[in-house]
Amino acid sequence: MNTDDLINMLASGDTRPPAMPIRRILAWLAVSVLGSFMLMALFLGVRSNLLQVLALPAFWMKFIFTLALVAIGWRLTARLSLPGARTGLVATLLALPLLALWSIAAVSLMTAEPGERSELFWGSTWRVCPFLIAGLSVPVLFAALRAMRELAPTRLRIAGAAAGLSAGAAAAAVYCLHCPELAAPFVGFWYVLGMLIPTTAGALLGPRVLRW
Amino acid sequence: MQRIDKAGIRSDVDQTELRLRTLFIQGATGDEAAYRQFLQTTAAHLRAFLRRRLGSWPDEVEDLVQESLLAIHNQRHTYDTDAPLTAWVYAIAKYKLIDWLRRHARRETLNDPLDDENEIFSTADSDAREAQRDLRKVLDLLPEQQRAAIIHTKVDGWSVRETAAALNMSESSVKVAVHRGLKVLTAKLQNES
Repeated sequence: MNTDDLINMLASGDTRPPAMPIRRILAWLAVSVLGSFMLMALFLGVRSNLLQVLALPAFWMKFIFTLALVAIGWRLTARLSLPGARTGLVATLLALPLLALWSIAAVSLMTAEPGERSELFWGSTWRVCPFLIAGLSVPVLFAALRAMRELAPTRLRIAGAAAGLSAGAAAAAVYCLHCPELAAPFVGFWYVLGMLIPTTAGALLGPRVLRW
Repeated sequence: MQRIDKAGIRSDVDQTELRLRTLFIQGATGDEAAYRQFLQTTAAHLRAFLRRRLGSWPDEVEDLVQESLLAIHNQRHTYDTDAPLTAWVYAIAKYKLIDWLRRHARRETLNDPLDDENEIFSTADSDAREAQRDLRKVLDLLPEQQRAAIIHTKVDGWSVRETAAALNMSESSVKVAVHRGLKVLTAKLQNES
């Protein structure tokens, strides 16, 4: 077929673009976060003293940190799903919550008694925390990659990584409702490590599953 | 001297951006003639760009022009109006080129980095040719309903309503069949070459 014939074919009939499947994508994401919450509630359990914990600033620091990463991560993922959309500014914004939390962590380590520092960093659940966050991120990562396939990512590895990071941040937010740790140094290292597991998984999966 | 040349290219590209964007936006409101013009202009730029990039495979250029056009058409809902249209077209063309090179496991042509958005729109070649492979034959490989929906609405010039009546489908399923069919077509082209 000559290219002019192809052009005639594509330009005949309805040339209006199909609507963005935004509602469908939001529905998938909502269901997947709910799935992540259900996994947490069933296998780990919501903290019994959650109501008391809600009164502590340390909890809100941790929760807002994860939510900020969720918001910026999803924005970045959305931009990476559109060809040619600018991503530099949003990607830079990702550093803000990290820097803020690490500053708090640094201050709390410096002001703590030397004997208490290791407790602030290791807590009592460092062995499981990253893996539980990674586990809770599975449904969200799956939904995010599925949603991206409806669009047109052109940098597949970075796009997959961004989807993984957003899924990890959402899982970490869900995990906050179970996690007993409140120290900034713990969150700044083990939570971040937990989010990096789905980020790596996304970077590995991206080139395979996002091709179009 | 060079600065003047660069400025000249820059303003040509700006003109192209303005013209293509107008045509694309008119096309998005259902103006077939504007959309055809958009695709034709884009095809000419793509052809010159790909010919330069696929120096060792001149026979593949037209196949890849067609594949990129199909991709641009299938993904026309992903254009973010905040960014330049030429950046959107460039991102898709670059993606299709890299995807093709990867499929052929030959990366050496990428030594020349792909990072200049103006590269496509500073040159044009309107000499449309026959592609190596015949898209119509690939169309025949589609599931019957999708194939029929595409042929009726896009080749025979039937309206969606007429096609829906002839195929005994709802109008919205005709639209979905056309959209899906063109996506399946892209996948088949990728697997074939």
